[in-house]
Amino acid sequence: MDHLSNLEAESIHIFREVAATFERPVMMYSVGKDSSVLLHLALKAFYPSLPPFPILHVDTSWKFREMITFRNQRMAELGVKSLVHRNEEAIAKGINVFNNDSSVHTHELKTVALRQALDMHKFDCAIGGARRDEERSRAKERIMSFRNQHHRWDPKRQRPELWHLYNTRIAPGESVRAFPISNWTELDIWQYVKRENIPVVPLYFAKERPTVIRDGQILMVDDDRMPLLPGEKPQMRMIRFRTLGCYPLTAAVESTAATIDEVVYETLSARTSERAGRMIDYDKPGSMEQKKIEGYF
Amino acid sequence: MQQITLDSQRSLLRFLTCGSVDDGKSTLIGRLLYDAQLIFEDQLRGIHIESQRKLGDVDALDLSLLVDGLQAEREQGITIDVAYRFFSTAKRRFIVADTPGHEQYTRNMATGASSADLAVLLVDARKGLLVQTHRHSCIASLLGIRHVVLAVNKMDLMEYSEDVFRTIEKQYREFAKQLNFTSITAIPMSALLGDNVFKHSTNMPWYQGLTFMSYLEEVNADTVHENEPFRMPVQWVNRPHQDFRGFSGTIAGGTVHVGDEIVVLPAGTRAVVQNIVEYKNERTQAGRGEAITLVLDREVDVSRGNVLSSVVSPASISDRVEAHVIWMHEQPVQAGKQMLCKLGTALIPAVITKIASKIDVNTMESLQTDSLAMNEIGVCVIQFESKIGHDTYLANRDMGGFIFIDRLSNETIAAGMIIRDASTTQNITWHKMDVDTAARASIKGQKPCVLWLTGLSGSGKSTIANLVERALWAEGKHTYILDGDNVRHGLSSDLGFKAEDRIENIRRVAEVSRLMTDAGLIIIVSLISPFQSERERARRTIKQGEFIEVYIDTPLEECERRDPKGLYKRARAGEIRGMTGLDAPYEAPEQPEMHVSTMQQSPEDSALNIVSWLRDQGYLNP
Repeated sequence: MDHLSNLEAESIHIFREVAATFERPVMMYSVGKDSSVLLHLALKAFYPSLPPFPILHVDTSWKFREMITFRNQRMAELGVKSLVHRNEEAIAKGINVFNNDSSVHTHELKTVALRQALDMHKFDCAIGGARRDEERSRAKERIMSFRNQHHRWDPKRQRPELWHLYNTRIAPGESVRAFPISNWTELDIWQYVKRENIPVVPLYFAKERPTVIRDGQILMVDDDRMPLLPGEKPQMRMIRFRTLGCYPLTAAVESTAATIDEVVYETLSARTSERAGRMIDYDKPGSMEQKKIEGYF
Repeated sequence: MQQITLDSQRSLLRFLTCGSVDDGKSTLIGRLLYDAQLIFEDQLRGIHIESQRKLGDVDALDLSLLVDGLQAEREQGITIDVAYRFFSTAKRRFIVADTPGHEQYTRNMATGASSADLAVLLVDARKGLLVQTHRHSCIASLLGIRHVVLAVNKMDLMEYSEDVFRTIEKQYREFAKQLNFTSITAIPMSALLGDNVFKHSTNMPWYQGLTFMSYLEEVNADTVHENEPFRMPVQWVNRPHQDFRGFSGTIAGGTVHVGDEIVVLPAGTRAVVQNIVEYKNERTQAGRGEAITLVLDREVDVSRGNVLSSVVSPASISDRVEAHVIWMHEQPVQAGKQMLCKLGTALIPAVITKIASKIDVNTMESLQTDSLAMNEIGVCVIQFESKIGHDTYLANRDMGGFIFIDRLSNETIAAGMIIRDASTTQNITWHKMDVDTAARASIKGQKPCVLWLTGLSGSGKSTIANLVERALWAEGKHTYILDGDNVRHGLSSDLGFKAEDRIENIRRVAEVSRLMTDAGLIIIVSLISPFQSERERARRTIKQGEFIEVYIDTPLEECERRDPKGLYKRARAGEIRGMTGLDAPYEAPEQPEMHVSTMQQSPEDSALNIVSWLRDQGYLNP
């Protein structure tokens, strides 16, 4: 078996363990490339059945418009059961990325929103598309990662996880985050997208888009909710995204890679990590770990 | 685009770094990535800033910060949990598990080692071989790692002395003779300064061997899986509609073809593979490691936890195995511990019935023991609640490796590797008899059963047992008493009072009771039998409806006041240890068939109540 087939088989195995051992699993779907691969793997794992769990998108209301269009189209095509959850309370309170610190925004609209959705539906396992190569605290995460009744991760007391034997036992109220693509790298994702011809949001491919530059990072002006600074004028630039999140918090890279082959090539020769474009990771050292402890996925 | 095609052909090497705390494992991985220019610029900037903050020096660069991803690790300067790091060179791709050296976190080292093909064992040149060096070697060897790099680190602090290096190498090779490694490669290095990590060291001209990186790129650590018989633990039954029923799982060994006959274990039923299904595709064959769905040619009972196996060389089926156990919980374990065992996709209640020995990791000697403390490795006999399909760990890791899960906390408390099938009945067939249990019982005018009297020493079990037997005898019933004290004069005269001996004693009494019920008798067992789990096992040994648990309930103070054999007095005086109720636990039955409270009724009344219960339930006049 080649490298990608090995990764694929491992991921399918994890999906099936979740389906067979939890009562109410859910798959988190964030519309990005990793979620696209995750969804494709879920379809493969249970074929000819459809995935035996719903697909949940935690929507901050600040995602790129193309992401939402893409999401709606994919869900309709596949006929899978899908859910969208927003922290309406926080949105009504006016918490947003421009008025608040990015960590407040992330906490309220992502972490708290996710916890709300899990509690509301009593999900006992949330499948996510996090990868160990993304960030050093994620490199420490188990494939089946235990969460207590308050959705908290205790990185100092993780369950030993040997071979492919996953301990999925929990008490009522506790839950597990399952990460089927833990061992994939960014390059694996792109090579697999290419091999399997998986649809991804067009924002991953280079195109002229309206942008501004702030603190050395290229931001895309996706809608008119983005307040422009005095003298600031959106300019068209040839850009693409390596990672997708909330548009005001996700920086683009200048690129001409407009096809999947060009994206794979660019990934091979990248000198910065994909999360360099994620401002929330750099709030302070260890900020991803802190978010994860609080229940961010 | 040439690189893209090349990329899929590069082989993968999974390795781990291990060894004692402070030997420089995380620094070595950091150095390797740094010198090979495999660190992203933004990540390097990040650790530059943190290094300056931590060390107060503008030029400082602490490479261990690349892998020590937890705040607590960076604060304490130690590794707590395994970190996985992915990188590739022009020749190969790598997944490295950087594992903790601290003894407290040995379980996390085992986690990293379980998926590795090669171990990089670090040794601090100043300190030489330490207990953790030995322990990690032992665990790596047991888990099936066959290739080791002995990375003698911090050579810069020993003036790059060849003598120091050679001495450590020699000592290690001597120690490792008792382990199952096929290759040991010793490399002198300084992870901090980069000597022999990525570049050849000019400080050690006496070393002519490969650098660490060249070794990793060139070593062949592939495991060969030739002629392995087919195995597939069933994970999930795939049933989208009435017309499709498939069994999904990952092939744990061998290959399977459409048309192959397979056997379902432990049931032993056979079927033929009709179809191998994958996403929008059908296959004619599939091999080890592939995640597939099989459709069989007939309706057979298959569920999660079963193993689909080759007919020619099927996996073993038994409920008893001998295994190496790495104990991972703070609370030491003794024989008798009830747990859940996950093996393949089966999750099954299991009990350690015997701890035969433990390994002294410094000398690799077997030591006698009756308990295992955290991080100790022992050889144990494990009894499963029912028969399951398995192989030895040596033959097939996925069919012979298991974990123990605590029934209350749900924590993973141990890992195990099957050494052999320990069932004693493997080659004995059951002799069928013409006169059966029912026939034997019918001429006695009774329904056979076992009255299992459990309770503290001095609770009145033997007295009540006697009275019950007299009453039944008077009615012309055929009975026998198995008394805890009496069986120890004969049947169990070779057993002592350690936990494992008590378990064995109860097993024997249960087996003899089973034979006697088969003969048509009504048995009265009078045995303290303090553990719920052991009584449950006895219940399973005996036919359904024939096991009647009777709880002789007398408070400890009363038992101690009566003290008919003077045992409590001797225990209080320190002459006897492990006295049930005093320094050993008694688990009262949760749902006994009968509850006899001796404080509320005389032994005579108790006996009469038991007999009338038997009559009501139809045991005396079927």
